[in-house]
Amino acid sequence: MKGDSSARKGSTFLSVPVVAIGRIAASVFVPIVAFVVLWAGFIFLRDSEASRGVIGIVAVVWGVGGVIGLFVIANWLVEKLPVLWRTRIQPFVFVGPALVILGWYLFLPTVRTLYLSFFDARGQEFVGLANYIYAFTNSAMIESFVNNLQWIVIGTGGSVGFGLLIALLADRSRYERVFKAIIFMPMAISFVGAGVIWRFVYAFRPAGEAQIGILNAVTTALGASPQAWLTIRPWNTFFLIVILIWLQTGYAMVLISSAIKGVPSQLIEAGRIDGASEFRVIRSIVIPHIMSTIVTVATTILILSLKIFDIVFTMTNGLYGTEVMASLQYKQMFRFFHYGRGSSIAIVLLIAVIPVMWYNLKRFTEREAF
Amino acid sequence: MSSPLPAETDTNTLNSKKGEKVKQIHGKRIVSAIAVVFFLAFVAPIILAGGKKEAEPSRVVEVFGAFVDEEARRFEEAIQPFIDRTGIEIQYQGSPDFETLIFVRAEGGNPPNITALPQPGLMKNLAGGGHLTPLWPEALAEIDRNYAPVWKDLGSFEGTPYGIFHRVNAKSLVWYPRKAWEAQGYEPPETWDEMFALMDEMVANGHTPWAAGMESGGATGWYGTDWIEDIVLRTAGPDVYDRWVENEVPFTDPRIREAFEILGEIWLNPDYVYGGTQSLLTTSIPDAPLPMFQDPPRAWMHRQGNFVTGFFPDRIQDNLDEEVGVFALPSINPEWGTPMMGGGDQFVMFNQGDTPEARSFMEFLATWESGEAWARSGGALFPYVNQDLSAYSSELERLTAQALVEAEVFRFDASDLMPAAVGAGTFWAGMVDFVGGQDLDTVLRQIESGWEQ
Amino acid sequence: MPAETKKAKKLYEAVFVNSLLILITIAWIMPALGLFVTSFRPRDDIFASGWWTAGSQIERFTLDNYRQVLGGRDFTFVGADGETVRASGDNLSRAFQNSLTVTIPAVIIPIFIAAAAAYGFAWLNFAGRKIFFTIVVALLVVPLQIALIPILQDYQALGLTGTYLAIWLAHTGFGLPLATYLLYNYISTIPKDILESAFLDGAGRFTVFIRLILPLSVPALAAFAIFQFLWVWNDLLIALVFLGANADVAVLTQRLQSMVGSRGQDWHLLTSGAFVSMVIPLIVFFALQRFFIRGLMSGSVKG
Repeated sequence: MKGDSSARKGSTFLSVPVVAIGRIAASVFVPIVAFVVLWAGFIFLRDSEASRGVIGIVAVVWGVGGVIGLFVIANWLVEKLPVLWRTRIQPFVFVGPALVILGWYLFLPTVRTLYLSFFDARGQEFVGLANYIYAFTNSAMIESFVNNLQWIVIGTGGSVGFGLLIALLADRSRYERVFKAIIFMPMAISFVGAGVIWRFVYAFRPAGEAQIGILNAVTTALGASPQAWLTIRPWNTFFLIVILIWLQTGYAMVLISSAIKGVPSQLIEAGRIDGASEFRVIRSIVIPHIMSTIVTVATTILILSLKIFDIVFTMTNGLYGTEVMASLQYKQMFRFFHYGRGSSIAIVLLIAVIPVMWYNLKRFTEREAF
Repeated sequence: MSSPLPAETDTNTLNSKKGEKVKQIHGKRIVSAIAVVFFLAFVAPIILAGGKKEAEPSRVVEVFGAFVDEEARRFEEAIQPFIDRTGIEIQYQGSPDFETLIFVRAEGGNPPNITALPQPGLMKNLAGGGHLTPLWPEALAEIDRNYAPVWKDLGSFEGTPYGIFHRVNAKSLVWYPRKAWEAQGYEPPETWDEMFALMDEMVANGHTPWAAGMESGGATGWYGTDWIEDIVLRTAGPDVYDRWVENEVPFTDPRIREAFEILGEIWLNPDYVYGGTQSLLTTSIPDAPLPMFQDPPRAWMHRQGNFVTGFFPDRIQDNLDEEVGVFALPSINPEWGTPMMGGGDQFVMFNQGDTPEARSFMEFLATWESGEAWARSGGALFPYVNQDLSAYSSELERLTAQALVEAEVFRFDASDLMPAAVGAGTFWAGMVDFVGGQDLDTVLRQIESGWEQ
Repeated sequence: MPAETKKAKKLYEAVFVNSLLILITIAWIMPALGLFVTSFRPRDDIFASGWWTAGSQIERFTLDNYRQVLGGRDFTFVGADGETVRASGDNLSRAFQNSLTVTIPAVIIPIFIAAAAAYGFAWLNFAGRKIFFTIVVALLVVPLQIALIPILQDYQALGLTGTYLAIWLAHTGFGLPLATYLLYNYISTIPKDILESAFLDGAGRFTVFIRLILPLSVPALAAFAIFQFLWVWNDLLIALVFLGANADVAVLTQRLQSMVGSRGQDWHLLTSGAFVSMVIPLIVFFALQRFFIRGLMSGSVKG
């Protein structure tokens, strides 16, 4: 009996370290294998001269499979940890990859930009706050603050407003898909194409000639003289914002529409049975339900209009009083080769978005998580 | 508060009622999925990785430039003799976003061997950043043999030559619809006063003298700076011009102010410019010459560089010599004659791209042989002193090439020579404001403020 | 309410809704219609009269613009022997393949990464959660131009420049803030009780992600996939910087842009090119539109 028991004890005594070592070995071995595999894929994708199709397929498998594989392995490792550590570390399995990539592609360059914003044109001599003083006193910059404010208010309001209206209406129409596809279409047109389209809208020909711009065709048909729309201060900024609204309403519509689809139909039916008017149903049932989507869409379009660049740059080059911050940033950086100023304007953009961040963070903090 | 969840849950998305079961099924699937993924990601590369990239950079010269499509094809055609002779492969890449890209690539450590820079300002920036290789004795010998000295200076930064000019353009030219002029009996003017007399004659006949447009997307404004430069050269002479480029003569100087006033006499007079200032501001550069070729012509002259022929309607391009006439923008002050203003692409070599092949290609570009084929197919002028003018495809191009080579005074586009903050910044904006009706002194002060940056 | 009036009311509503929608879509389609008509007109006509008058000259419409865009432009050379040679530019089929090769992985790879991060931010507690979320939102506003030079330097060191991998990773990196933010919004609206009961049943966080979050987020994933597809497909800058302008790898936008000529004079090609490049994004939109469906979470909402 005693020997038996001690033998049993012995085997347990032995097996514990074996299993533990096995586990540790596995814990080390699996990630190494995974890493080697991913690295092999990386090298292959970098250096291979196989056909595009093959590379593309391998890329999707490598990218998606690699990400899933890393998730699974990391999760598997974390699951081995004591509960306390597991709850602490496991979330990083999910947010980690995104944070690493964001850190590399955007966060570090931003830090570098912050650093450069205190230096001169070529990034060699420290100039203190000189670039920021420039950014807040230069007449073009001051002009662009006012214009950017218009872009934010009218551009965001217009895109979200139309997007919401169309999404609500389309939800009640049998031809929903057709209408949505038409509103969406501008998004599919490349920016170069959109530029041409709007040149044809605002094109100017002297009075008495055949107009080739539709806006002036209407104007002259009504008996007025043709106008060079994009040169008329201060309305020209508004004419440019119209382009943004035309482009971005599709984006707002798609997201808001998919949120509307998420409103439980029982709720809407219940409201209707209670005798509420359609308008009331929308106001007190649908809108509250999709509010967070509206805020999200508004936030992204607001940020987009804050860094609006290509519309202004290609349509007016920022002349006739239409200058905006991002186009000044681009000019300083890539045309005037003034790193310091270009960087400081980028940082000013970042500062300008603080109220938006604060609002989003407030909503974020109110959330409960597991 | 909460509904009985599992019972009412959509069965498609949550087809298991027990977490345990979820876990098992999911576990098995995941394991097999991983196995497949790893197999593909690991084995596939081994099977497929037959051709590892073994680049042979030694025989390939990568050239990057701003011209694309048709012009790129003509360039490739023009350098074919070099490829045939040496067996060196020239890979030309062009992009209209060249300005941004070349800078990003140079700073990012990934420059091509050679690049064609349309603006001397870009060359100075890259040379100042230590990215470029100064020209070596063999290349300098070719330059001294084949070019007027002005081109060597234009390719130099702080006294060191870096650039070799290839295709260039002549901008001080006025184009007109030849047949309509002949029908009206208009004659090309020789002096500024004759030109104004002609303009008044046109107005008296109910004609609008000038077709003009300065809209050019992200580069709007340069058309106006070209006019000012032409006038400064004709009223104040090349020395003042050179000092103006260096800001020793500021924009607020009376001599520069005068040039704006002279331009204003033409541009701000609605009788002289087709469509008035509104049309001037909003008509794009390629559309600007088109009113000349309507029937009857809506405008009768257009001042633009030799590249303008590419914007003419197809039927005009097909009979260029019969349909179009050209004369040099007339002299204002006889003391300074009829100077020629223009621009051009200069080729420079990067330190990182300094190979024997790249060097021999650069030397080739400094010879007329590299331009001959392009001159024959049309659309380009070359600055070589020893070029064969008979090679040009049309009489029109032959004349402009001759005007360019034989001009007593040639000056490079001043706005391209000034720092970009002025030349491509406040100067462009100032031209637009001037046309838009802003007070001239304010405009000049605003342009000058670009220098302080 | 009598059935008759109810029916009439429904009809009025439908008429009202549809006529309002028709008005809006007309306003939206008008500029694009101009582009469409223009793409069939000969170059010289485009500047001679407005596109809305082109109906009267319908016999002048031509497919030549499309032929040139798809098949390559014609040039004339004068060869060394003095003879005129007609040559054709590159056609677009290779650029199409390149664009697809760039786009598909660049759309699929970030979706999974962003969905996982969005789940983490929406439902899991961890140290630094707030600060990381703030950074993600803040990075939305960073102009990607500031990242070009540092990333290119890193790519040089890794030997990545000019490879497809370089551009897939770049699009992943630059698309992630928006992807994470959009998916976070959606995932955070998933009713808490669904997750709670799954956790109570003993499912792990990973299981919940794969079996609950991903299937429930299909509409949001589809929406983001559409947007990312559009951005990548229409991107020019990132492709030019990281992939290069070489004809072997040039994407559709690069080919179209260079076709317009160095000074942008060829509007007839630009307009037809814009339509050619629109085809694939629209197909993707129609294909993914069917995922915007009602009632994915309907059974599981607080009543």
